[in-house]
Amino acid sequence: MSQTIVIAEIAKGAIHPTTAELVTAANALGSAPIIIVPCTDSTIADAAGSIQGISKVIALKSDIFAEYDASGWATAIDAVAPSGIIITSANPQSKDLAARLAARRNISVVQDVVAIEGGNLVSPIYSGKAMQTVSLAGDAAVSVRANIFAASPQGASADVSVVDATGDMATAVEEFLARASTRLDVAEANIIISGGRGMGSPDNFSHLEKIADTIGAAVGASRAAVDTWEPISHAMQVGQTGKTVNPNLYIAVGISGAIQHLAGMRSSKYIVAINKDADAPIFQHADYGIVATWEEALPVLQASLSAMMN
Amino acid sequence: MANIAVLVKQVPDTNARIVISDDRVDLSAVKMVMSPYDEFAVETALQHREASGGEVTAITVGGASADKVLKDAKAIGVDHIVRIDCDSYLDSNSLQSMISSVISEIGAEVVYCGKAAADTGAGSTGPGIAERLGWASVSNIISATFSDIISVVAPVQGGNARISVSLPAVISCDKGNVKVRKPNVKGIMQAKKAQVDVKSASPSSSSISIISHSLPPSKPAGKTYEGGAAAAEVAQLLRDEANVI
Repeated sequence: MSQTIVIAEIAKGAIHPTTAELVTAANALGSAPIIIVPCTDSTIADAAGSIQGISKVIALKSDIFAEYDASGWATAIDAVAPSGIIITSANPQSKDLAARLAARRNISVVQDVVAIEGGNLVSPIYSGKAMQTVSLAGDAAVSVRANIFAASPQGASADVSVVDATGDMATAVEEFLARASTRLDVAEANIIISGGRGMGSPDNFSHLEKIADTIGAAVGASRAAVDTWEPISHAMQVGQTGKTVNPNLYIAVGISGAIQHLAGMRSSKYIVAINKDADAPIFQHADYGIVATWEEALPVLQASLSAMMN
Repeated sequence: MANIAVLVKQVPDTNARIVISDDRVDLSAVKMVMSPYDEFAVETALQHREASGGEVTAITVGGASADKVLKDAKAIGVDHIVRIDCDSYLDSNSLQSMISSVISEIGAEVVYCGKAAADTGAGSTGPGIAERLGWASVSNIISATFSDIISVVAPVQGGNARISVSLPAVISCDKGNVKVRKPNVKGIMQAKKAQVDVKSASPSSSSISIISHSLPPSKPAGKTYEGGAAAAEVAQLLRDEANVI
């Protein structure tokens, strides 16, 4: 049975809940993982110690963990992680780190794992138009998609040891740039409401924004909308040539469901589709489909959700 | 004068339907194109050459049918085209070891690539070869300016940042605000005549093997409603049944 090592997911200076999902994935590979917490303040690692199913926690403390630098992080983490299967989250930064760690150890990397079946790893290829199952013979780095594995429950009290790390940064942040939009990014959101060309004009995205503000969602868009309307930025694009997202809830409005778009959102936990065309392919993937124009459906949705949130 | 390399990969057209036969993806009837993000990598490499002088080498890995993606890169304006000859499946470890040995051989000091190939979507190659070469890397950049160091804009937690990268480095490109240039007639003529430099490299060991490819499991049919008023019921179900609101 392989040793597993989970690299904790850190967001806003704390252990992100995804970390407990990574522990479940490690357990599915057959062992209680060591959790490595890359941090500048080792007290944040204590939260990792309460996740059930782990063997211990290493708080890996260094100033280099203030900003992501692929080379510096991989060097520091490699120095403390034993050999075994390294598990990270599958957001862009963590995938980058997984690839670095694998290359450093001359082992393979498997990205975006969505299931573990009898020790084999399943991940989407062609942006989810097909699935690939691989077997592991030896150590590897594995990134695991969020919102798929159940979180390992709280309640343990594993040992947390603090290790000082050193490493050299190969890149330097010169300045943080103000985001063009203050809205939540689709890549970071648990709920996404996206509009397609069926919205008629970019101005009508304000109706999506209103709902997004009500329920704390990000606003996304189809490629057709991004390509057609200048104000709809590529940062909002969900799909094969945009972002691949995996939220708890995805609401597609005026989106027909081109294969390009489905590829980026089909693994969302729940999908709502609002489209006036009852034959739109998006309905085949929706848990809840509403055949209606957005002008009819969105005000009702907005009112119902506002009532619920109050 | 910069020695610039750009990695390109041939993938199925992103609008293509993927079919499976005998537990493997069957690409025999699929149109192959340059992976979309690689187009941004080629454009960024050409802009780097224009800013600092030098030459751009496009590199791919594959059999003879992969020459087309190199010719496409040549038509857009790269100087040299190199194919690392290999027709079999390569995992990340084997692939990266071959590419990094060829990059060392041609003496490149900066490598551009797409943020991920449209087939695997993994995004492992850029950071992986950087690690093997002992270079810096920045992934998913949306713009770049060039001097002794390269200054890029890339996503960080909570937004974007301007990041300086000293060479040698590997830089992976997302779709930014750059407009990708299209080949002109002269470029296409030159590409036709261009010779592909075919190199061989020996892959390192692989610890993974493919068991099967399959179509994604289809979802059970959902509930469908007629008319906008149903949005009220759906909102309630999102709370009571799905527990997502």
